[in-house]
Amino acid sequence: MTTLPHHTEKKLGLVIDLDICVGCHACAVSCKEWNTGAYGAPLSDLHAYGADPSGTWLNRVHSYEVKPKEGPAQLIHFPRSCLHCEDAPCVTVCPTGASYKRTEDGIVLVDEDKCMGCGLCAWACPYGARELDGAVGVMKKCTLCVDRIYNDNIPEEDRVPSCVRTCPANARHFGDFADPESDVSIMVAKRGGYDLMPEQKTKPVNKYLPPRPKTQGATANAEYAMPAAETVQPGGLLGWLDKALAVID
Amino acid sequence: MHPAASVIVFTTFSGIGFGLMTLLGLRFGVENPWFQWTATIAAYFFAGLGLLSSTLHLRRPDRAWRAFSQWRSSWLSREGVMSILTLGVFGLYSIGVLFLDVYDPWLGAIAAIMALVTVLTTSMIYAQLRTVPRWSTGWTPLAFYGFAIAGSLLLLAALLATFGAPHARQVEQYAMAAIIIAWAIKYGWWRHAETATLSARGSGTGDATGLGRIGSVRPFEPPNTSPNYLMKEMIYRVGRQRARALRRMALFLGAVAPVILIALATYAGAAAPLLILAFLLHLAGMLAERWLFFAEAEHAVGSFYRATDPMAA
Repeated sequence: MTTLPHHTEKKLGLVIDLDICVGCHACAVSCKEWNTGAYGAPLSDLHAYGADPSGTWLNRVHSYEVKPKEGPAQLIHFPRSCLHCEDAPCVTVCPTGASYKRTEDGIVLVDEDKCMGCGLCAWACPYGARELDGAVGVMKKCTLCVDRIYNDNIPEEDRVPSCVRTCPANARHFGDFADPESDVSIMVAKRGGYDLMPEQKTKPVNKYLPPRPKTQGATANAEYAMPAAETVQPGGLLGWLDKALAVID
Repeated sequence: MHPAASVIVFTTFSGIGFGLMTLLGLRFGVENPWFQWTATIAAYFFAGLGLLSSTLHLRRPDRAWRAFSQWRSSWLSREGVMSILTLGVFGLYSIGVLFLDVYDPWLGAIAAIMALVTVLTTSMIYAQLRTVPRWSTGWTPLAFYGFAIAGSLLLLAALLATFGAPHARQVEQYAMAAIIIAWAIKYGWWRHAETATLSARGSGTGDATGLGRIGSVRPFEPPNTSPNYLMKEMIYRVGRQRARALRRMALFLGAVAPVILIALATYAGAAAPLLILAFLLHLAGMLAERWLFFAEAEHAVGSFYRATDPMAA
């Protein structure tokens, strides 16, 4: 059923801390590794050793240069994956009933046996969270590692999404946003966690924590910033040397 | 958006086919069996070819039958259901007309309304997408209607002239008016499209990443070293020079040339070949127009891959 549930018991999702992420892509790689051998069809790579390789990934890490009005630019790494939206437009547009949002925990999934590969759900998603697999021709997306988080056959500490388990910087957290006392809810409240593209009215479950403001970066760096060569006018011995060198120059 | 030939043919051809079903259902035709057979076959040809073409867009067409199941929420499913139902109801109406010599005005009217609803469902597949700012407007269904009616009226005029129907001239005038109205709507659509940019809709790179609150945001390093599905499908970019040339071509073939040919057909005689030529040129112009509809459309995911804020661009 591609109508959305009015209410889900849990709202499972991720918190991604942009202050901590170092852009190592380990989450993306571990996601690819786990999900290529788990739920549904493998995440294919096409022409992996050719001139024009491409492949399906459920998690991609962008890097942005952010330049404040004053002070130096910052480099911010930005993992992008499915946000398991409450009002998921990818689900309602699906004509075959392959896409659905689970009532029990809010996870958005694709029943790959029903998917006809029309790609409309990928068009409906503003976040680029869905990719049509080049080899199998069905839509692939983040499952929130539904085959890990409820899996009694793996140690308890592993029962979180693969990206969260892998992140060496602890920039990714998994939890229930319906519970205001959960770690992720508290983190979002304390750090001002935000939605991506709220104007799309998708009500994303996943939240992003903003980079903390730089307290002294602008002024502290300015002291050490190298002045441009032509503005240097040394005096004394250095001044004499400078003039002597200018003759040769 | 990637301008796939399958969806370009789907939207243009099915619009003309269902438009013609509307006109035939409302008895715009003439009681001449040769005309009736040709017009009915033409309506099924255009609607059918459009629908068949849409299945070429599917990676797993063997599962296309499932697309009739989710009409409660999905415009694409509604489109599938409505088009098949319309083909059926118009078929019943046509059996009466072609074999039994019975015109059932009620059945015709129902088929006409259903065909119009089908055109709406086709346009809503695109107009519903908030992710594509220039599609997500009431102008989109209006433009689809405008062109479906203009194209089918022109085709009907050509058929009526071919079979020497007495009211062919009247339909020619309707077709000319419909073409002018359709392009006036498209002009409104284009004017709207110019302002419907990602940043104007609040989906620019700064908003998409939420990093705009710190400063201007510029993509520094992409997540992958070669283009992926998202980029090929959603971030298709066309050279501005070529887009402008194509827009001129669409306007000339889709509007100017047919209007001149209709005027010639009305006042200079030899109506049938002129109108058939006018229809074929209009069709070519519509394919160019639909190519631009897809190729020029920006998708929100583009904001993650390139700077879409005017400040940072």
